[in-house]
Amino acid sequence: MSLTREGIAYRVAQELPEGSYVNLGIGIPTLVSGFIPPGREIFFHSENGILGMGPLAEPGHEDADLINAGKQYVTLLPGASLFDHPTSFSMIRGGHIDYAVLGALEVSASGDLANWRTPGEKVPGVGGAMDLAFGVRNVIVTMTHLTNKGKPKILNRCTLPLTAPRCVKYIFTDMAMIEVTSQGLLLREFAPGLDPPIVQSHTEPPLHIVSGCREMDVPAKFHRAPAAQATR
Amino acid sequence: MVDKTLKTCEEAVAGVFDGATILLGGFGDPGLPGQILEALRLQGARDLTIVHNGAGGGTHALGGLIHDGKVRKLIASFPANPGNQSFQEKYLKGEVELEIVPQGTLAERIRAAGAGLGGFFTPTGAGTELGAGKESRMINGREMIFEHALHADFAFVRAYRGDRLGNLNYRMAMRNFNVPMCTAAKFVVAEVDELVPVGGIDPEDVHTPGIFVDHVVEVVRHPEYLKITTEGR
Repeated sequence: MSLTREGIAYRVAQELPEGSYVNLGIGIPTLVSGFIPPGREIFFHSENGILGMGPLAEPGHEDADLINAGKQYVTLLPGASLFDHPTSFSMIRGGHIDYAVLGALEVSASGDLANWRTPGEKVPGVGGAMDLAFGVRNVIVTMTHLTNKGKPKILNRCTLPLTAPRCVKYIFTDMAMIEVTSQGLLLREFAPGLDPPIVQSHTEPPLHIVSGCREMDVPAKFHRAPAAQATR
Repeated sequence: MVDKTLKTCEEAVAGVFDGATILLGGFGDPGLPGQILEALRLQGARDLTIVHNGAGGGTHALGGLIHDGKVRKLIASFPANPGNQSFQEKYLKGEVELEIVPQGTLAERIRAAGAGLGGFFTPTGAGTELGAGKESRMINGREMIFEHALHADFAFVRAYRGDRLGNLNYRMAMRNFNVPMCTAAKFVVAEVDELVPVGGIDPEDVHTPGIFVDHVVEVVRHPEYLKITTEGR
């Protein structure tokens, strides 16, 4: 058993505290905003100058001047603010954004992040990825635990070009929740139906299993059957 | 009487010369001066260096300028969109040079130019291939790299409302790169949805003061664009 993409996003959403300022990357991170517990006030930031961003605009209600960093039409929540790029990136680079939730291709044992250059890409593009990885205090990575070919993405050392060294604080995957510390990787949670040795077998660096390491609390609808899971 | 208004986008781009460096405003469509870009494409200047977040799309606006072979170099943070066929083709053939800059560093390099700074030290990029070869220094225990201010000959932006003094007001997410870009070029033109009389923009709502702007030109947006905007209001 493991988690669906929604399951990973659900688990991350539970982690974000009331009042936090959060930037969500593209992919699984985008789904996080849909799973914030009701009544918890979180402020979503978009690089192109929005704080207090709401859900995507309903068809027919788009505003051509209001898009997010992924170029989708979005809405504003009451209390939102709009600003220019220098102000927006002061929020990121000045350490004012509390959490960045980012996708990743590889993460190393010391928290190095590789997520901006893909193998076989034709044209490189960095966008705001480096600014977020260098500037935000709590960088959370969401990704599948394994590549399409079943290889670990959590490695002793990244093989792809780095976005930033030693920046990742937490890794949420379809198999586990891992904290990156100066003492190494701490396995805090594993997906329903898995156990620490299984997670370790899919992870290159050694995992330190914390006392109290437990099964993730994620609703059954976000569990994925073993058949859909990459083989060991 | 001061009058910075122009009648046409052709006048806005008349002075652009071969080899000019141009700050091109906008992030996606909001703030992108699409009609000035079309005029620039017809104007004929070549070997341009364009500073913009992305690489445009399709074969119109920036995509069109690149498609026509008018662009020698692009300084951008995210030219990797799958829709950028024009840029992709030229880049892979080696016909357009590319300088990749992290988005926040790009905005700050432009801001620094407008503020009279030579550059700044930032941790962003240190220890990565984008930081390689740059002057670096330990500041407060952190490795930082030096980034130069980014000046230009021209800046073209789009705003929502403007007046004959060059004051600009933006709506929603249009401010993006436009606010710093207006401060960092020798010659600045804004296309606006609506030219209003002096005083028509409340002083508290002037996002770009007229001191930074040389000319303002009123344009009519494409009908499709208007449709979305009107429905959204």
